[in-house]
Order: sequence, then C-alpha cells, then structure tokens
Amino acid sequence: MRLPDWPGHVAGQHVDVRLTAPDGYTAQRSYSIASPPGQPEVELVVERLDDGEVSPYLTDELRTGDQLELRGPIGGFFVWPEHSDTPVQLIAGGSGVVPFLAMLGHHQETQSDVPVGLLYSVRTDADVIARDELRPRAGVDVVLTFTRDAPVGWDGPTGRIDRDKLVRHTVRPEQRPAIMICGSTPFVEAVTRELVALGHGVDRIKTERYGGMGDGS
Amino acid sequence: MNAADDTDARYLDGNAIGGPLTELYAADLTAAIVICASCGNEQPLAAHRVYPDAPAMVVRCPGCTSVVMRYASDARGVRFEMTGVRLLTVAMSSDETA
Repeated sequence: MRLPDWPGHVAGQHVDVRLTAPDGYTAQRSYSIASPPGQPEVELVVERLDDGEVSPYLTDELRTGDQLELRGPIGGFFVWPEHSDTPVQLIAGGSGVVPFLAMLGHHQETQSDVPVGLLYSVRTDADVIARDELRPRAGVDVVLTFTRDAPVGWDGPTGRIDRDKLVRHTVRPEQRPAIMICGSTPFVEAVTRELVALGHGVDRIKTERYGGMGDGS
Repeated sequence: MNAADDTDARYLDGNAIGGPLTELYAADLTAAIVICASCGNEQPLAAHRVYPDAPAMVVRCPGCTSVVMRYASDARGVRFEMTGVRLLTVAMSSDETA
C-alpha cells in the first residue's frame, strides 16, 4: 500500500483496517505490518477467514487503486527491542509470523548484530508465509515445525511447539533472551507457560494474541 | 458484566485496544503500565486480557480478572470507563518514533 501521510512505523506495529458498507455498517480488524520500516510501501498479510467480515473483502474484492480506511501505526509494546544487549527469540504460530517478518527485515536493513532466532509453527508447507524472507542468514536462526503435514523429505521438527522443542530450538534462559510470541490465544498461552517452566522470566516475554480462530498451530 | 462466566471465553490482549484508544489519546497506551484498582497488579496494558465481543471492549486484569477498562464506540460517541485503574503510567521516551 502507498500511504501518503504515513509517519513511519516500528517493526511489530499494526494497523486497523475499517470497512464501511453502503448502509453505514462498519467492521474493523487489526493487521500486523509485514514490511520493515525502511521500505516506502507498507505491506500487510491478510489470512482469509471464510466466515470473516473483513478478510474476504481484502483478499477477494480489493483491487489495485482502491482506497482503504486505515488507522495506525499502532502499538509501542509489541515492537522490536531496538537496543537489546541479549539475543532476541521470536516464536510464531501460523499468521503470527507477520510482525516478525518486519522485525527480521529491520534486523537486516540496520545490519544489527543482535542474534535473533525464530521458531515458527505452521500447519503445512503451503501455509508458510514469506518463505524467502525466512531463509537463515548470519546471526539469524530460523526453525520451522509442521503441525499437520511436513513436506516430503523434511527432517526437521514436526508437531506443536512443546517443552522439548523449546529446549532444542530456542535461546537458553541463562542468556536472558528478549522473547516475543505471536499467535492465537491458545498458542500464546501454551508457549508462555512452557517458557516460564523452563526458567525464562515473565518480564522477558512479550506476547500478542491474534483473533483469527482455527489458527492454533 | 457477569464476571466469572465470561473469563474463559475468547479473549485477546491489550494490543487489540491500542487502535481504539488513539481516538482519545495521542500517546500509545499499549505500553502504559496499569495498576489494577482491585488487586494492585502492575502490568503493561498490552499484557491485559481484552474481550472484544461484548457490546464494549472489556479489559480485564491479568492477575485477578477484574474489569479495569471498558471502551465503546457507536453512534452516541466514544465512551471510556476506567474506574478499575488505580494508576496509569505512560513513559515518555526521547526517541519516540511513532
């Protein structure tokens, strides 16, 4: 999207999209910004929910050149920790990976030397969002786990994120990582519970819960 | 609000009320520290539970589940009730980007 008066955003922020029907009925949803701050155009990732009020319009009807009513950028809590002196651990369930795309892009744009890890739980190979941006590179460790169907020949982790996967694939509590978790409410609750049990401080964990149902990977 | 019955239902977190609150406040409140008037729990607004499906958005304390805020926007205007908040602290940072 090209946004004429956009004040610029911070990686991790979201926008509210409002649709207004001819009869005045309005529906509004929040979408995380997928693009890093250094990019002039703002990208959202919209997952289509069949019974949704907003996402089917955005995915099926919206055309290039159409205008949208937006509010944002919003949020100063669930944002990239700019001056972190410890590693950053990102943990995503399903479309919860979207704010982390902005963070990984920002990490690359600023040539940050903060080590960052992403553990990303996704149903199937076809559900992986932005595969190109998730390629591991220097200082960035990306681990996927497939909860429903792993691609043929996959020898990485499968199944939901549990304590064992957190031990194997995330930064250890002794390193005091800044942890950010984004996904459905049950996903965020389960992962947070396991991390605290492993010895991570609650004050080191920031979370964002997504409203989309049926996305509990 | 019928407290106990609703608390197991679908909920989000305080990040979800950040947008609506920009109708009233210039500062971002998702990072603001809220002290619960009921139990004294001290948490960022973003870490609170938000129940978006009620006629109003209902914000509950993550510690004791008491209602700390309610927000509604309709033809009558914006209504914001926060008797459940003892203290709201917004940190003013010098390098505020947004």
